[in-house]
Amino acid sequence: MFDKYTIDPASLANVGPADAPTGFAFTTKLGYYRGLGLSMVEDLKVSLDGEAFPREAITFDDGNGALSLDEMETAYDRRWVFGAPATVTVALPGGFPAGEHKLALQQRLRISYMPFPSFNNDEKVVSL
Amino acid sequence: MKSQIKRGVSLYSFQEELFLGQLSLEDCVSFAAGIGANGIEILPEQNIASFPNVSDAQIAELHAMLARHGAHFTAYDMFLDTKRRKDRLMSDEEQVESIHRDLILCNRLGIRNMRILIFVRPDILEKCVPMAEKLDVHMGVEVHAPWHLEHAWIQRTIEVADRLNTRHLGILPDMGIFMKHYPPVMRARYERQGARPEVCDFIVDQHEQKVMCEYTIFEVAVKMQGNKAEVAMAESLRHNPYANPKRIYDYAPYFRHIQAKFYEMTEDCRDPALDYDAVIPELVRAGWDGTLSSEYEGNRWIQDVMEVDSREQVRRQHVMFERLIAKAEADLAGAAA
Repeated sequence: MFDKYTIDPASLANVGPADAPTGFAFTTKLGYYRGLGLSMVEDLKVSLDGEAFPREAITFDDGNGALSLDEMETAYDRRWVFGAPATVTVALPGGFPAGEHKLALQQRLRISYMPFPSFNNDEKVVSL
Repeated sequence: MKSQIKRGVSLYSFQEELFLGQLSLEDCVSFAAGIGANGIEILPEQNIASFPNVSDAQIAELHAMLARHGAHFTAYDMFLDTKRRKDRLMSDEEQVESIHRDLILCNRLGIRNMRILIFVRPDILEKCVPMAEKLDVHMGVEVHAPWHLEHAWIQRTIEVADRLNTRHLGILPDMGIFMKHYPPVMRARYERQGARPEVCDFIVDQHEQKVMCEYTIFEVAVKMQGNKAEVAMAESLRHNPYANPKRIYDYAPYFRHIQAKFYEMTEDCRDPALDYDAVIPELVRAGWDGTLSSEYEGNRWIQDVMEVDSREQVRRQHVMFERLIAKAEADLAGAAA
């Protein structure tokens, strides 16, 4: 219901040493009308120009400490607050490539009252 | 006959502006009170960042904020994360524990109506009745489309409530069940996604004729070889049937709160889709004295092309409520005279 707002294009930045970035990061909000326990965020799939990064390359931080996607699955005591931005970091030696690129994010959520998983999709052309 | 129906707003209505940080909780409450809709329905998992660990000080702040605007809480929307773990569903005991947690917080917030998600099993709710009675909280199972008041699943809750002879378990109707006409905002969105106007006309007409949705879906998907948007629009019919508004009178003893769903209000304050014209007279005739709580859900259908103005939409719905309640009162008085 908030798909188009889930990637904040202005937040895009490289991470790691300026002369040798180890990846890039951007902020995202949970595209859902309430907060959700982190264990129910099944996947945050990031792709660049149509190519998806491996799950292991992604980390999530809502301000309370970075977690891998596998670690999120058992983070039963943490919630992603409604409307609150969190940082998604993608491991990519060299950082975000020069120029404009299509950045896509798919959030896959396990919503208990729904018979199937819920997907939130956003795609934006961004540059550093 | 003077109706005792109260008016309010669910904070769900302002989800677009709350999500984007354009409105604060207090802005929403202030606006609602300003249009005479001073009963506030809260979704703690949306509106209270510290949920579920809400302190007494935070609750006091919320109450002070409401008091500043002459507003009060009417209902608490609970959720139940049965799929919290990937490896297994919550056990029955864990489900009861989670609902108890919500009943206790609901009571601490001074709220006496709790919206129960429709998928919660009636036998789990039965186990929660003693706590609901102790805390004096009415657990109302949300009757949400495509379910309806006489759906067998809903009847299971009614059966439990009758058998226990309790006033603390019942239902909480969502007015989306009374979709008389297909919402123009939905059609327009599917058209923007590539649905052809003639196919949209067909689907809208099928809904208008109350043709059972599976016929329409087959026609569009198979015979017309509909594109993705057209098939999606046809499939949306599965979730948008029209239930008989007369039944709301029969079930009035089982609910104290209504989620007044809507997708769009026209400039002249009419709902082009949901049959409030038929529902409100039944509520007035029943002498129902609960809260009609606005639940605007149109944002997701228009946000791709325009700024969402939830406040204006809610305002228009309350103009309609005032008009329909006054008309129903006058009609009843006329019939009695």
